[in-house]
Amino acid sequence: MQALICQPTGSPALFSAEGMVGIIFLLTVALVVAGAAIAVSTRRLVRSVAGLAVCFTGLAGVYYFLLSPFLAMMQLLIYVGAVSILIAFGIMMATPEEQQTAGMKHRAALAGPLGFSVAALIFAALTVLGLKTEWQVFPRQGTFDIKAVGLSLLTTHGFVFELISIVLLLAIIGALVLARRGRN
Amino acid sequence: METSIWRALLYLVGLMAFAGVNAAWLGWCERKGAARIQRRIGPCEAGFAGLLQPLADGLKLMSKQLLVPQGVDGIIFRVAPILAMIPAITSMAVIPFAENVGARAMELSVLLLFALASIGMIAILLGGWASGNKYALISAARSVSQSLAYEIPMLLTVITVVMISGSMNLRDIALNQQGGFWHWNIFRVENGHFLTMWISFIIFFICSVAETNRAPFDMAEAESELVAGFMTEYGSMGFGLFMMGEYLNIVVGACLTATLFLGGWDCPFGLTPGIWWFLLKIYVLIFTFIWIRWTYPRVQVYRLLNLSWKILIPFSLANLLVTAALIKVF
Repeated sequence: MQALICQPTGSPALFSAEGMVGIIFLLTVALVVAGAAIAVSTRRLVRSVAGLAVCFTGLAGVYYFLLSPFLAMMQLLIYVGAVSILIAFGIMMATPEEQQTAGMKHRAALAGPLGFSVAALIFAALTVLGLKTEWQVFPRQGTFDIKAVGLSLLTTHGFVFELISIVLLLAIIGALVLARRGRN
Repeated sequence: METSIWRALLYLVGLMAFAGVNAAWLGWCERKGAARIQRRIGPCEAGFAGLLQPLADGLKLMSKQLLVPQGVDGIIFRVAPILAMIPAITSMAVIPFAENVGARAMELSVLLLFALASIGMIAILLGGWASGNKYALISAARSVSQSLAYEIPMLLTVITVVMISGSMNLRDIALNQQGGFWHWNIFRVENGHFLTMWISFIIFFICSVAETNRAPFDMAEAESELVAGFMTEYGSMGFGLFMMGEYLNIVVGACLTATLFLGGWDCPFGLTPGIWWFLLKIYVLIFTFIWIRWTYPRVQVYRLLNLSWKILIPFSLANLLVTAALIKVF
């Protein structure tokens, strides 16, 4: 695994192992960008959700490249498997398909350039930040396998872990209350 | 482990072939099994005992036109069957067929299998929605709510296995159970306690039947109420891919059951462990799938969800606690 990290010194040959890794990396990044583009550009909501799922899948690939397979699996399991499906369910139950953006022409004329300029600004800022910063490359410490994750969750970060479980419990109770309100 | 490109290519071709052969001839097994259970003969014309029937079916499906009805979301309609097939084949990469047969012994292979299974759910959901047909939509919603409901007890029982083995690597889990059936996870003895792993096994098996949308849990394609479920609008190879995906999911479920509970490639009485034992186990399990399907009638959708939320989840939670206590406390 360690050998898979692409060192930025010089561009590797296309048909070497590093070259293949680079190509796969570019593919995952393309997946992220394409998924995001589909998610925001299509008018059909279900296609947006499908784009979102593609984007999440690509993101899982990026996590894998960053040597955290556990995070990649969780990304797939939670974001692709649960969040996307939940959104798709919501859309299918509500079926807002027919309400096309008929009366939105005037506002859309303003919203497009405005949104684009804000996005361009953020992109430029992030790019400048990324290029100007003196990045310190930290060596990989310890083994980030699932055992280490579990141990640190239950020792060092035990308090946070318990807090998260309380938040989840509250969320479940809240959902039950909301769902039960209409009955009886 | 050797990392030559030939090894990867060999496994790629081999696993694709394994998947294709299984998807084709499990259809034959299913029809033959159903026929025997219903006192019929089943396919018998094409080849000996109808063994060439899958080839004929495949040729027929591939030579038919892929009809895309009006009012259908074209792209998603075409992508969904492919998406149903991909995760099932990809899952095969992490399955340890024998000690030295297995494409990739990943550290988190159990987690990867469940992550891929959730992608298969999206395929059903998208296929059902894109058909623009209310039967298909209802079926997709049912199927996904069923899969979500049964994934919880399934994961809870898998946790007991992971606790015992101390690993999420399928190969390590199987290696941990070598040396006769009394070492298998289903009959596990730890600290002098006979663990309740057989309950885990039963819950896991019920869940894997439900996860693969098989009868008696085949609410998704309840023919009498929903035509053919989310596959209603699909003809030719679109339908074929969904069917192949379903059979491959059964194969993956059987492989997972065999690895987690039945010792993987281990022989029950210490006789030349190897890939043949693994294949024997998964085909016995697959036969059980077929047997259950043609023996029990379909349950109602409410009963189905009640079974998961009110019986299986509490039982698997209690089982988890008991197992943890037996391993660590007593």
